[in-house]
Amino acid sequence: MSVGTPLPHDSARMHVTGTARYVDDLPVPAGTLHLAFGLSTIAHGEITGMDLSAVTSAPGVVAVLTARDLPFANDVSPSNHDEPLLADGIVQYLGQPVFLVIATSHLAARKAARLGRITYTERPAILTVDQALAAQSRFEDGPVIWQKGDPGAAINAAPLVVQGSLSLGGQEHFYLEGQAALALPQEGGDMIVHSSTQHPTEVQHKVAEAIGAPMHAVRVEVRRMGGGFGGKESQGNALAVACAVAARATGRPCKMRYDRDDDMMITGKRHDFRIDYRAGVDHRGRILGLEVRHLVRCGWSMDLSLPVADRAMLHADNAYSLPNIRIESHRLRTNTQSATAFRGFGGPQGMLGMERIIDHIAHRLGHDPLAVRRVNYYPASTGPTAAPSPLAEGTPEQAAQALARGENPSSRAAVDLEPPAAAPDPHGYQTTPFHQPVEDFILHEMTARLAESADYDRRRAEISAWNRLSPVLKRGIAMTPVKFGISFTLTHLNQAGALVHVYQDGSVHLNHGGTEMGQGLFQKVAQVAARVFGLAPEAIRITATDTAKVPNTSATAASSGSDLNGMAVKAACEAIRDRIAAHLAETRQTTADRVIFTDGIVRIGGDEITFAEAAMAAYLGRVSLSATGFYATPKLSWDRKRGVGRPFFYFAYGVSVTEVAIDTLTGENRILRTDILHDAGSSLNPAIDLGQIEGGFVQGAGWLTTEELVWDDKGRLMTHAPSTYKIPAASDRPRVFNVTLWDAPNGEETIFRSKAVGEPPLMHGISAFLALSDACAACGPHWPNLQAPATPEQVLAAVHRARGPEAEG
Amino acid sequence: MTDVAFVLNGTDVTLTEISPTRTLLDFLREDRGLTGTKEGCNEGDCGACTVMVSDERGARALNACLLFLPQLNGKAVRTVEALSAPDGTLHPVQQAMIDHHGSQCGFCTPGIVMTLATAHLNGMRDHDDQLAGNLCRCTGYAPILRAAEAAAVQPVPDWLHHGRLTAPEVARGDAAQPTSADDLADWYQANPEATLVAGATDVGLWVTKGLQDLSPLCFLGRCADLQQITLGDDGLRIGAGVTIAALRKEVSVSHSDFSKFLRRFASEQIRAAATIGGNIANGSPIGDTPPALIAMGARLHLRQGPARRDMALEDFFLDYRKQDRRPGEFIEAVTIPATTPDLACYKLSKRFDQDISAVCGCFNITLEGSIVKSASIAFGGLAGVPKRARTVEGALVGRPFTPETVHDALPAFAVDFSPLSDMRASARYRLEAAGAMLVRHVHERSGTPVSVLDLEAGA
Repeated sequence: MSVGTPLPHDSARMHVTGTARYVDDLPVPAGTLHLAFGLSTIAHGEITGMDLSAVTSAPGVVAVLTARDLPFANDVSPSNHDEPLLADGIVQYLGQPVFLVIATSHLAARKAARLGRITYTERPAILTVDQALAAQSRFEDGPVIWQKGDPGAAINAAPLVVQGSLSLGGQEHFYLEGQAALALPQEGGDMIVHSSTQHPTEVQHKVAEAIGAPMHAVRVEVRRMGGGFGGKESQGNALAVACAVAARATGRPCKMRYDRDDDMMITGKRHDFRIDYRAGVDHRGRILGLEVRHLVRCGWSMDLSLPVADRAMLHADNAYSLPNIRIESHRLRTNTQSATAFRGFGGPQGMLGMERIIDHIAHRLGHDPLAVRRVNYYPASTGPTAAPSPLAEGTPEQAAQALARGENPSSRAAVDLEPPAAAPDPHGYQTTPFHQPVEDFILHEMTARLAESADYDRRRAEISAWNRLSPVLKRGIAMTPVKFGISFTLTHLNQAGALVHVYQDGSVHLNHGGTEMGQGLFQKVAQVAARVFGLAPEAIRITATDTAKVPNTSATAASSGSDLNGMAVKAACEAIRDRIAAHLAETRQTTADRVIFTDGIVRIGGDEITFAEAAMAAYLGRVSLSATGFYATPKLSWDRKRGVGRPFFYFAYGVSVTEVAIDTLTGENRILRTDILHDAGSSLNPAIDLGQIEGGFVQGAGWLTTEELVWDDKGRLMTHAPSTYKIPAASDRPRVFNVTLWDAPNGEETIFRSKAVGEPPLMHGISAFLALSDACAACGPHWPNLQAPATPEQVLAAVHRARGPEAEG
Repeated sequence: MTDVAFVLNGTDVTLTEISPTRTLLDFLREDRGLTGTKEGCNEGDCGACTVMVSDERGARALNACLLFLPQLNGKAVRTVEALSAPDGTLHPVQQAMIDHHGSQCGFCTPGIVMTLATAHLNGMRDHDDQLAGNLCRCTGYAPILRAAEAAAVQPVPDWLHHGRLTAPEVARGDAAQPTSADDLADWYQANPEATLVAGATDVGLWVTKGLQDLSPLCFLGRCADLQQITLGDDGLRIGAGVTIAALRKEVSVSHSDFSKFLRRFASEQIRAAATIGGNIANGSPIGDTPPALIAMGARLHLRQGPARRDMALEDFFLDYRKQDRRPGEFIEAVTIPATTPDLACYKLSKRFDQDISAVCGCFNITLEGSIVKSASIAFGGLAGVPKRARTVEGALVGRPFTPETVHDALPAFAVDFSPLSDMRASARYRLEAAGAMLVRHVHERSGTPVSVLDLEAGA
């Protein structure tokens, strides 16, 4: 069976031979021009003059464009129309594109772009969350606040109150392939765009606006990206639009790719947060009431910041039942790069905040943090919760349920799909802070299994004993859970299409709306198609994602790629297969249910023919061998303003244990061992899923350790190259690294009962951060209050805090 | 404009009238359509452009983004397009990368396989170290390391032994390519405004990032007499053109701590190109070798035309990016003691591998019994130049080398240094970490474990 088999990535052989093509590798027509942006050198100000004469006269320059040269829309934002391609009068961050150079070579364009002389009247720049709060510089009118129960009263009545604050840094995507686009002008003003983007439809939309054409005049093609991680969901718009505008202006193909430093200066990164918290707890560490405040640094334009901040709120509970909670989220506007999507999309920030709170509580009580985690876990989902639930009293829940039903009449099907046996009163279920029932909570079992296989209790004891005897080095360990909601929170995005052709020779060609960025989506989808047709995966060819093949696609984001596109492809394949079966049944006097597709063979009653023969027979019988497929995720309804509904189809779970060592003299640190147990449902491809988990962990651990973004007091990003911004290198991976799949079917009816696996594993990196915090805590009696990222400098500061003022000097 | 000749994937290439700062990467991708070699950062930090460069000394993995074409004169370049056999049979490293799921997005993969194939050819199995200069953002490296281990037991394929490793050199044009120190001395004296290029690991960035037009240029790679290491009465004389990789290997026994420290110098690709002379002449306050060399008491040998002079290395560094080097004068060699048994070098950075020091501290403390007889301590990252910690040294000499003595000496760091804050570390942390390195050193000499690198997870 093709589904569930650990096959290599479909491009693996092309990767290792260097024949896999990325945008900058495509052969280009003679006369292709190359583009570069001239960038703002201040963080905020009014442009008072632009002397571009030296740019225009530089060798190789064909044309130079400014905002006033743009014929149509000057906007590359994904949503809010607040992000001009070229600054129009005002610059909003240091690094903002101000003018566009069109030249005969990449190097000529880059050289000329530095020759612009722009004068400004500077305005005060808002760089930090505190400055933004003070200036009320924000998106939306005020903070978004979701509340469940009465957290204020619960905290005041609690035996113990724990409060604190965590600053956590952003993260540069550092996709190895920088942003790139190529526009090829066509007859009649049409445009073909090759773009390194996770969102071809958005690029199509923005290019169409920019050249004043309907979307049907623009075709966007994406074969693959050299990594995306969310950084190519909206950040590729500018290059694609620039290329199209320049191609329209010159009539020649235009290509643009950012040099790495430009890429890091121009594009958005993961949002950094400050999370303030106040928790009321009992003596076991059970959280009776919790107030959390997210200060989200969004940068200069809105981009995707609202749903990112929403998702942070949606993961502020992580795995814990919180009957009384208030979450307050401030989306702050600053004169810095516009923070954007990054794997996890706010989820990691919200989740880290919660995990940090648990550790703080455990430290205060002197308990093992894992014990505090377990007492706060959502109860196992085998029926009504044992704990008193606000649902029993709760009008908000009833309102939510009613709203959920009322808002989406088509979700009757969802009702039908609920487990029939239990049929419990939905009010008996525990719910998240946003009132979604948690029906599939498996972390008790997962935690128990991993604690045993990773020998958590014994190792924690051994580490404590070791630390008492080690004056300079200390070790730490942490075990943390992940519960990650799967679906776009903008419900209408949860749809996908596919186009499948079967040719006369039995080979299958297909397209779907998802993009390949290394995550193995094409391979997984090919395995789905192969399964439906009973073919080997090699018989399936998936070609570049193309807006002319499958229209109106959602971004390949939110871990949705396989869930959505796999289902759409399955539907299309089944349509064709069923037509073939019907035709064969008719011609051979049997019924379609007796036509079986397996191992490249089609069995019709007692006969066997090859799939190729079946395809030829269908063709000769004038049966269509082409079909589209479509899928829309069921059960969803969500009111983001009120924070009520069911934004997620299901949750993906995981748990990890990480052990680290720190040097208490310098703060240098190392990950020694990581064990992960992760829930990918019934895996479509275990090898690809393991790859996502290993890679996600290392990326998440990098975010919280070595990867530090530093801006100076003028708003200049100082870490704009790999020389100063340090993603993990080979030796940074855990030296002992055990990853296992939970491998149980998804309770929801997803593609072959698998679960999304793109984003959730990143959050296992939290265990590395909290293990470092644990090692710091071994240095003294006080709360180390480690801040993220845990660079050596931050670790040393935490060591000092743990020792307390009396130990210093 | 200049002419060069080299072997590219088994075929002779002679180029005439090219810009001497044309990089191999741009040449491969733009002129030859060999797009398997990728540009990830264009500054030698990501390794996506790694190619195999061979000459009579063997094969090295190098970053094509930091190789100017004249540096290849007479050598052979193999790119990912020529790693498989002519019949399409994959190199064992390529096959293992497929079998172990070592590629995801695939963009770093050509560089990874070229690094691994070069290591495989050279029989190197220290995979983490070999791969330190290749960044991967997708896999978390685990499957790549599994692939490296699987391939290591496979023989080097025949086809890698075929093909010429050298080409007839062509050295026409206005970029100088002297073949000896004497030639260089004459030429440089006559052209003192020239830029000297050895490994181009720094000068390369002036071009790829600074977008400078450098002229005139002088390439030092053919000066074989600058690439010698000789043991004499006054110690080990290291030619300025010796690469960090060659030095690391050469002193692995005689100066084991220095050699071990050089593992932290950038990456395999950079060490194979960068020279000791370049690392000194560059004058960076955060270069890795100067603090170690100063702590050892290294002497620098400078040459200007026929004139030579020597000085203590520490005296060479006058001020931020200002050295005691006269017009037309170049570094010929540096001499270090034959052995340095007491040397200890500590480098502090955000990432262990391939990072630039926040603080680099090197200690050469000699004891008589338990008493500090002499102390030579030098730091990078604490001042505008690599600099001795004279006050700290004074607080140690003549006293027992104990934690108490070290504790008493700590305030002296603030006398010696007033570091700056930048994106690598704050001034306060730098100063504290410098003192912490001395504390570490006293612990280390008493046998206390002090390196997180040496720890393993609890069994």
